[in-house]
Amino acid sequence: MKNLVISLRISVVFAVLLGLLYPLAMTAISVLVFPHQAGGEFVTRQGQAVGSILIAQKFSRPEYFWPRPSAIDFNPLPSGGSNLGLASQDLKKAVEERRLKLKAAHPEQTGEPPQDLLFASGSGLDPHISPEAAEYQAQRVARTRSLALEEVRRLIESVRERRQIGILGESTVNVLVLDLALDEAQGKK
Amino acid sequence: MSINDGLQFILYVAILIGITPPLGRFMARVFDGEKTRLHKPLGWLETLVYRLSGIAPKEEMDWKSYAWAFMIFHLVGFFVLLVLQMVQAGLPLNPQNLPNVSWHSALNTAVSFITNTNWQGYSGEVTMSYLTQMLGLAVQNFLSAACGIVVAIALTRGIARRSSSTIGNFWVDLTRCIVYILLPISVVYTLFLVSQGVVQTLSSYVDVVTLEGVKQSIPLGPAASQVAIKMLGTNGGGFFNANAAHPFENPTPLANFVQILSIFSIGAALTYTYGVMTKNRRHGWVIFGTMLAVFVGLTLLSLVSEYAKNPVFGLPGIMEGKEARFGVFNSVFFSTITTSASCGAVNAMHASLSPLSGGVAMLNMMLGEIIFGGVGAGLYGMLLFVLLTVFIAGLMVGRTPEYLGKKIEAKEMTMVIIAILAPCATILLGTGISAVLPAALASLGNKGPHGFSEILYAFTSAAANNGSAFAGLNANTVYYNLMLALAMLLGRFAIIVPVFAIAGSLAQKKYSPPSAGTFETDTGLFALLLVSVILIVGALTFLPGLSLGPIVEHLMMIKGQTF
Repeated sequence: MKNLVISLRISVVFAVLLGLLYPLAMTAISVLVFPHQAGGEFVTRQGQAVGSILIAQKFSRPEYFWPRPSAIDFNPLPSGGSNLGLASQDLKKAVEERRLKLKAAHPEQTGEPPQDLLFASGSGLDPHISPEAAEYQAQRVARTRSLALEEVRRLIESVRERRQIGILGESTVNVLVLDLALDEAQGKK
Repeated sequence: MSINDGLQFILYVAILIGITPPLGRFMARVFDGEKTRLHKPLGWLETLVYRLSGIAPKEEMDWKSYAWAFMIFHLVGFFVLLVLQMVQAGLPLNPQNLPNVSWHSALNTAVSFITNTNWQGYSGEVTMSYLTQMLGLAVQNFLSAACGIVVAIALTRGIARRSSSTIGNFWVDLTRCIVYILLPISVVYTLFLVSQGVVQTLSSYVDVVTLEGVKQSIPLGPAASQVAIKMLGTNGGGFFNANAAHPFENPTPLANFVQILSIFSIGAALTYTYGVMTKNRRHGWVIFGTMLAVFVGLTLLSLVSEYAKNPVFGLPGIMEGKEARFGVFNSVFFSTITTSASCGAVNAMHASLSPLSGGVAMLNMMLGEIIFGGVGAGLYGMLLFVLLTVFIAGLMVGRTPEYLGKKIEAKEMTMVIIAILAPCATILLGTGISAVLPAALASLGNKGPHGFSEILYAFTSAAANNGSAFAGLNANTVYYNLMLALAMLLGRFAIIVPVFAIAGSLAQKKYSPPSAGTFETDTGLFALLLVSVILIVGALTFLPGLSLGPIVEHLMMIKGQTF
């Protein structure tokens, strides 16, 4: 009985401390110190929120760089991957379709598409592609936008994210950042 | 594997070894009731919790009172979390007007979070209100982690104390663990995560119009404060469905590195705490070394499997289910760490790992998550195997086994065997029953051996209190919600109650000084024996199950067979 009373009382105490004071205080401090990060790193154009830097959005027009395939078709409610095994017929079929589509859209490329463009990401919202995947698409984007290939490559290089502290993770290119930079370079703001 | 992969591996292990002594020493001081640097700024909070809850901090408990307090506290936590989910629609901080959670999902989730499992049949961003996340799930992230740690501390005291009837005070251990260890680290950790891009806000979801003119609704929430304790306390329950693969939960490689480091940090440091409290640091390091050796071995196996060329696609290191910023190495590395510990957070979808890498993830959990393991659970789980090893070694030379000056007798061994076999039986029986029930098979997301693996993984994850999944399985059904809840309860309490009994029994024993015939437990030979016992128990129990899932899938896949 004594333990039950203590259990009830301490549950209330910890609920207030850990379930209200802690998260609310952390929210207040975060919003003050890191307002951009805490709020989801949204970007606006002409006063309209066009996306979050961290959340992939669907690109299928030829003038844009395309992100990795998404098992949820870029609808973040809810996030997730395909959860298909690596000996799955469904996966094999999906990858083959993506491969043919990529090859048709990139006639200038003779090699195989980089594999991060063939396989869906874990979150379905992966904002990044590999630098190889960006290079693979560069000629298509340059051709569609009547830009010099070098100009497009320069933009890729300018937004490329390197490994943190030199060794952590992989080098990547953020697709939304790159596509925004492309639009901006051509005077669309 | 590239040189860069090797560098990240080495850096990780080096930092883990580096933080073990200071953090371990600190925790020993906290639980011994000695003053630390944090007592000046936070001592008032400890006292306040005692006063508000009516706790007499000087009171000591025998193992039965300790276990009793522990169980009643969990019962209260269970009901609070259950009810909160079932009435969330009418409560504040629900900007998306999410409805009440179904009874069976709420029950499963409540069991899941009080047992430190964080198995999730639901998807956070479309199910749980901000209030449920904060006041329900995040609170249990703290409490279940602290409870795991205090069980390890109670067992440690049982081994360290001599001719004592008590093993400490549950309420005091719980309070100290939260006030001086989990909460302060989480505060700093949250701010770091936010700096990397983990969201922390109470704003409602944001609707954007993408560059191509499509509407996209982007979920937000107070995620960072929950992600911090989710990793530190080896809980692993994602704020969002994609867990640590979600860019809002794990946005950068640096955030990822700190997250995997925090999964192991307390589990590793507890081996040092154990060494300090039993006055046998060398033995603490032998346990640490044993864990590290098994971890490195199984991780290398998993990496080799993932980097091998996949014959179905003709490519190595398949990126399905992985994030570009983490790549193959950090995805596999995360998968072995999260399953060695009872964390269960994932930064890549385990179902889409190569068959043998998925198999290593399962094996890690099947071994009892004693490779650093869940906070506290890793240490007490490993100590069960230590006792078993000492016992077997004693049988081999034909004398009463002794461990750190305590005679190990029938009573302790009975409890050890119950605690080791309970999760094994739960996994095998649960998988076996589900593999023949139509209601269970209707949930499968993959065909062939991978489908069987989904069931095996689910019961392994639940019984081991891990929480990760082969998520092709639709587990949010009445059948799986109830069966897995039962598995989680057995996997937690059928180990913890025997551990309390062992602690109480050992605490009462007199110290018997080591003699020439005592088997030394602080040597490499002992570590070798310990590894052998762990692998033999694990392999004998689970080889048939693994053969039907990942192993047969691997063998058929390398012939190019698809399902």
